[in-house]
Amino acid sequence: MKPPPFEYLAPRSLDEAVAALAEHGDEAKAMAGGQSLVPLLAFRLARPSVIVDLNGVGGLDGARLEGDTLELGALARQRDVERLPGLRQRCPMVVEAIEQIGHVAIRNRGTVGGSLAHADPAAEWTALALALDAECDLVGPSGARTVAAREFLVSTFMTALEPDELLTGLRLRVPNGRTGSCFTELARRHGDFALAGVGALLTLDEGGAVAEARIALIGVAETAVRSPSAERCLVGHPPTAEVVAEAAAAVADDLDPNSDIHASADYRRHVSGVLLRRALETAAARARGGTDGAA
Amino acid sequence: MAPREIVVRVNGEEYRGSAEPRVTLVDFLRDELGLTGTHVGCEHGVCGACTILMDGRTVRSCLMLAVQAEGHELRTVEGLAPADGPLHPIQEAFSEKHGLQCGFCTPGFLMTVEELLRDDPDPSEETIRSRLSGNICRCTGYQNIVEAVRYAAELTREAAP
Amino acid sequence: MSATAADTWVGQRLRRKEDARLVRGAGRFTADIRLPGTLHAAVLRSPFAHAEITRLDVAPALEAEGVVAVFTGADLAGRVGTFIEAAGKEITPALRAQVDVEVKSCPLPPIAHERVLWVGQPVAVVVARDRYAAEDGLEAIEAEYEPLDVVPDAESALRDGAPVLHEGLGGNVAARLAISSGDVDAAFAAAPFTLRERFTFARSAGNAMETRSVQAAWDEGRDELAVWITSPRPHLIRTNLSEMLGLPLERIRVVAPDMGGSFGTGLFGEDALIPFAAMALRRPVRWTEDRQEALLGTRHCRDQVHDLELAYDHDGRILALRDRFLVDAGAYNLYAVTVSYNTAAHIRGQYAIDTFSIEGLNVVTTKTPVAPVRGAGRPEAVFALDRALDLVAAERGLDPAEVRRRNLIPAEEMPRPMGMPYRDGQEMVYDSGDYPAQLEQALEAIDYDELRAEQARWRAEGRLVGVGISSYVEGSGFGPYEGAIVRLDQRGHLHVVTGAKPHGQGLETTLAQVCADEFGLPPERVSVTSGDTSQIQFGVGTFASRSAVTAGSAVGIAAGRLREKVLAVAGELLEASVDDLELVTDGVASRDVHERAVSFGEIHAAATPGPRSRLPAGLEPGLEVQYYFVPPTVTFASGTHVASVEVDAETGFVKLLRYVTVDDCGRMLNPMIVEGQIQGGVAHGIGSALFEGVLYDEDCQLLTGSYMDYLLPTSTEVPSIEVGHQEFLSDLNPFGIKGCGEGGAVSPPAAIANAVVDALKPLRINVNRVPLGPAALLDLIREAQAGAGGNEREELAS
Repeated sequence: MKPPPFEYLAPRSLDEAVAALAEHGDEAKAMAGGQSLVPLLAFRLARPSVIVDLNGVGGLDGARLEGDTLELGALARQRDVERLPGLRQRCPMVVEAIEQIGHVAIRNRGTVGGSLAHADPAAEWTALALALDAECDLVGPSGARTVAAREFLVSTFMTALEPDELLTGLRLRVPNGRTGSCFTELARRHGDFALAGVGALLTLDEGGAVAEARIALIGVAETAVRSPSAERCLVGHPPTAEVVAEAAAAVADDLDPNSDIHASADYRRHVSGVLLRRALETAAARARGGTDGAA
Repeated sequence: MAPREIVVRVNGEEYRGSAEPRVTLVDFLRDELGLTGTHVGCEHGVCGACTILMDGRTVRSCLMLAVQAEGHELRTVEGLAPADGPLHPIQEAFSEKHGLQCGFCTPGFLMTVEELLRDDPDPSEETIRSRLSGNICRCTGYQNIVEAVRYAAELTREAAP
Repeated sequence: MSATAADTWVGQRLRRKEDARLVRGAGRFTADIRLPGTLHAAVLRSPFAHAEITRLDVAPALEAEGVVAVFTGADLAGRVGTFIEAAGKEITPALRAQVDVEVKSCPLPPIAHERVLWVGQPVAVVVARDRYAAEDGLEAIEAEYEPLDVVPDAESALRDGAPVLHEGLGGNVAARLAISSGDVDAAFAAAPFTLRERFTFARSAGNAMETRSVQAAWDEGRDELAVWITSPRPHLIRTNLSEMLGLPLERIRVVAPDMGGSFGTGLFGEDALIPFAAMALRRPVRWTEDRQEALLGTRHCRDQVHDLELAYDHDGRILALRDRFLVDAGAYNLYAVTVSYNTAAHIRGQYAIDTFSIEGLNVVTTKTPVAPVRGAGRPEAVFALDRALDLVAAERGLDPAEVRRRNLIPAEEMPRPMGMPYRDGQEMVYDSGDYPAQLEQALEAIDYDELRAEQARWRAEGRLVGVGISSYVEGSGFGPYEGAIVRLDQRGHLHVVTGAKPHGQGLETTLAQVCADEFGLPPERVSVTSGDTSQIQFGVGTFASRSAVTAGSAVGIAAGRLREKVLAVAGELLEASVDDLELVTDGVASRDVHERAVSFGEIHAAATPGPRSRLPAGLEPGLEVQYYFVPPTVTFASGTHVASVEVDAETGFVKLLRYVTVDDCGRMLNPMIVEGQIQGGVAHGIGSALFEGVLYDEDCQLLTGSYMDYLLPTSTEVPSIEVGHQEFLSDLNPFGIKGCGEGGAVSPPAAIANAVVDALKPLRINVNRVPLGPAALLDLIREAQAGAGGNEREELAS
C-alpha cells in the first residue's frame, strides 16, 4: 500500500497552482487535505503523474460567519470550521454534520474544498452545500466563475470542475430569524461514511408555518440530493407530527440509492424517511425555540 | 521520482532526511529518521496507530506525504517524556490503568489523548469515547483506555499550578 | 500499583513490566528492527480465486528501478518444501481409538505454482531497495491466468460435480469427525418436543493491529539463518524452516520480538519465502504485510454452518442434541480438526446433555484458509446452542434464565466426565466449577429481575430493550508442554526464559510474579525473555489460552527447584542444614542467627564450575533450572455473559446498554490482566456479533479489503464490561490456573443475539446468523411486521 511515483509540485500562489494544473491537465491531481486522496494513492486506485499540493497556497483557508453568509476558503480545515465561534448557535446542522466527518485527526487535516471537490455521495459537505445553497468559486486559466452547488455536484466523484480548474471557496446561506436546522446520519460506527444522512433547515413564518424548507440527503443517490417532494409537503404548513410524517414518507420519491455490502438500496430509502422525520422534529423544535435550539 | 531533502522539527529537534515525494510521513519518520515509536496499522487512515501531532494538532501520518511536513513542528510518542525521565502523565495513566496490552496501537492513542486533554481538561466519558473512536485497539476493549484518560486528566490537573 | 510488601506477588494487580517500553514507543516490533543493507519485499498475489497460471513473466519487473530480484513458484519448486502438516501430529492414537475422525493430507506450499486457489495466494515475491520500489515491481510483472470454476462455500463444495480442489482429497472434504454418546435416535423419537434450526457464523478474521512482518538474514560465513517474525510460535517456525530449507535446526534462530496482538496462529507462505530470498540474495530481506494483504490473507476464521437439533421435554429440559456442521476451511485445511473438534467438544457448554451426536466436516473452498482465532470453534458452538436454548424457552413459555437453570450441570456433579475424549485423547472432564452459581451471580450483577420489570415499562414507552444470556466452558491450557529456564545471577537477579511467546497478554509480568514468589524477591528483580529459539530448546507458543497455565506452571516449578538448589549451596557454604536457612533480599541467611549469611554473589561463585566451586555432593554446577511442564489434559474455565441492548426498530441499529460477565479462570495470577483479557475478548465478540464479517462476491473476490468495509468495533461501540469472578482452582497444575485469553470472545454473539431477539419479543423474530448488521436486522423486523398485519407499532408497544 505505497503510492505510485508522481511528480510533486507545491505552488505558492493560486496563479501558480492553476498554471500547474493547466500544464499537466488530466495527468495532474490537486491535493488539499489529502484525507481521501492519499488512501486512493496508497491503494493505487488513483495514479496521477503530478500532484499539485495546494497547502502552500496562501489565503484559501479563511472561515467566517458574516450576516447571512458562511464564507469558507477551500482550504479551511474541517476542524476550524467546526470550532468557528457562533456557528453552532447560528446553524447547528453545519457543526452537527462536520462532527460526523471521520475523526478529529482527519478533520484537522481535511478541508472543506477537498471534501466537496472529491464529491463522495456520502460526504457531509455535499449535503450542507445543497441545503445551504452554496455558491462555489472556481478559478481556471480563463478566469474565475461561480457555480451553484447543485451544478457543481455532477455525480459520484464528478464535479463541474474542469481538469485545470480549482475550487477556491464557497459561500453558504445561513438564514437568520425563526429557523431551525439539524443534521443527522446513520453510520455503522462513529466516523464511518454514512449509510444515509439528512440535513434539514426550516424557516417558520410568523404564524408558525414553514416558510422555507431545505432538505438535503447524502448516501442515497449518485450525489447528494435535495428533496423537493419533502420540501413541498412542509411549506405552508406548521411542522406538526402529521406534516413531518408526510414529508418523511415523500422523501423516498427523490432518492436513487445504491446497494453495497453495508446496506441495500431499500434499507437506505427506508431509513432516509426515518432520519428525515427525526431531523425535522429537531429542526422544528429549534425553529420554534428561536434562532437557536442547539443544546 | 528523485528523492528530496526534507527538514522537519520532531520533538523539538531538527531532523534532515530525504525521500521521494510519494513517501508517506509515517514511513519517513520510521525509515528515514529511525523514529519507530509511531506505528503503521492500516495505511488508509482508519486505525489511528500512526497518529502524531503536527503543529500541536493530531494528524494521521499515513495520510500525509513527508514533503508536506517540511517546516512543520512534529511531535511523536518519543517526545512525550524525556528518555531517562519520568513518564508523561498520559503514559503514566495508561500503564497504571492497564490501558494497553500489546502496545501497538498505544502511541496513536497517547497522541490523540494529548490533544484531547488540551482541548478539554476534564472530558466526560462520552467525550472521551467519541474522541478515541478514531483509534482502533484490538486488545483492551477500550474501557481501561477510557479509565486511563480520566486518570491522565486528573494527573494533569493536579500537576497544573 | 507499585511493588509493595505482600504475602505473594501472585494475585496482585501488579502494573505491567512491559508497559515501560511500550508507552514510550520503545517497544521493538519486527518491523522496527533495522539491519544494515536490508532489502524489502512485496508479494504478488493471485487476483483470481481459482485459476491456472498460464504466463508469469518477471523480466519487466527486473527492469523496474530499484528491483533486485523476483522469485516465483518455479524458482522454489524442488528447492523449498511444503509446510509441515498439523494433520500428522494432531490425531493421537488414543484419540483415534475413541473417536471417528479422519484427516486427509493437504500440505500448504509457500507459493503458488501453476495453479492458484484463493484470491491473495502468493504468486511471486519482488525484492527491491525499498517497499515502494518493490510494489512498482509487482505492477511490472506480466501474469496471465485461465480462470477455473470457483467453490464459494462449503455447501457448494459438497455438491455433485463441484470442482475438486485437491486431487489427493478425492473430493472437497479435508477432515471429518463424528462423536456420539447414548441412543440419540431413540431420544429424539421419544421426546415430546424437538427443534431443528440452522445457525450460521460468518467468516471473520483476527485483525491484530500489528500486521505480520518477517525479516531474515543469512550469515554466509557461519551458515546461519536469523529470522525475526511476528508469530506466537517461533519454535514451530524454526522446525518448519529447517525442514523446508534443509538446514540443521540449530543453524536457524527464530526470534519473535514484541508482538502487536495475534488472536490466532498460523503458518504463512511469507514465513518461508522471505528467509529463502535472504539466503538466495545474501542480503537481509524484510517484508511487512500491509493491511490490504492482512485482510486478504492473514487467516480468516469461523465460517461455520450448523444444523442443530434439540429434543426437549415439557419443562424445557434438553434430552438430546444432534448437530451436523460444516467448516468452510478455505483453500487448505491447515489445522486438521483443531477448530471442528473444539466446536464439537464445547457445544454442550455448561449444560447436562449426555445424549448427543455431533458430526463436523472441514470442507475446502476457493477462499483464504481459515485458522484457529480467539475462541477457535467455541463462539460458533455457543452461538448455535444458546440461541437454540432461547428458542426452547420461547416455545415452552419460560424465561431464558429459567430454561438455563433447568439444564445447567449441578455443582455437586463436579468434576464431571462429559462422555467423550478431549482433543488430546484424554477423557474430557469438567474439572471444577459451579455453573448455576455463576449464572445467579451474573443475573444478580445485571439486576435481572429489575431489568425485566424495566423492560416492560420501557416497552410501554416504545423503547425496545432486551436482555440475553450465554455461557461457555473452555478447555484451556492445552499441551503438550511448555518450558521454562530460571537462572539466578551474582547480583541476585532472576532471569526467566520461556518458549511461550506472549503477544500482548502481559506474560512478562505474570511470569515474573510467579518467579518472584518462589524467591520472596520483588518482581523488579525478575526479567523474562520469550520468543527466541536460541534461548530454550523447545517451545510451543501462545494460543489456546495456554500460556499462564503451562508456562506459569513451568516457571513456578523451575523457580522452586532453583530455590532449593540455592539453599543447598548456601547450606554448604554456611555449614548449615537447609531447613535452618531462608532466602533474604540479598542472599541466604540462617533463620536463627541473621549474621550467619551468604550473599547471592557468594552462592553464585560457589555454583560456578572450577577450583572455587563449592557444591554439595551430587549437584551440578550452575544456578539454572530448566523444567518442562506437561499438563495431564486441559482444565475447564467457564463464564456467563449477560447483555442488555436497545434496538432501534426503525433503523435496525443495536446499542449495547450493559454487558456483564462472570468467569472462572481458577487462580488469577494478576486480576488486572485477567480482566483486561476478558474485556478485550468481549470487545472481539461484540465485533463478531454485530460488525465483523469477511465478505466475498460470487467469484470469491474479497469485498472487505479495507477497514472501511471490515468493521472493527471502536470505543463508541463497546460499552464498559462489568467483570465478576468465581475462583475454582484447577487441580491439574500447581497454581490452580485456568486459561482466560479467549473466553471473553466466546459468548457475546449468542448473548447479544439473544438480547436483540428478546428486545423484539412481540415480533417473534429469529436471529440465526451473525454478524447481525442493521440492514439485516431491519429486514427481519420488517418481515415480522408485515407478517403481523401492519399493527407493528402497537405490537411492539404492547
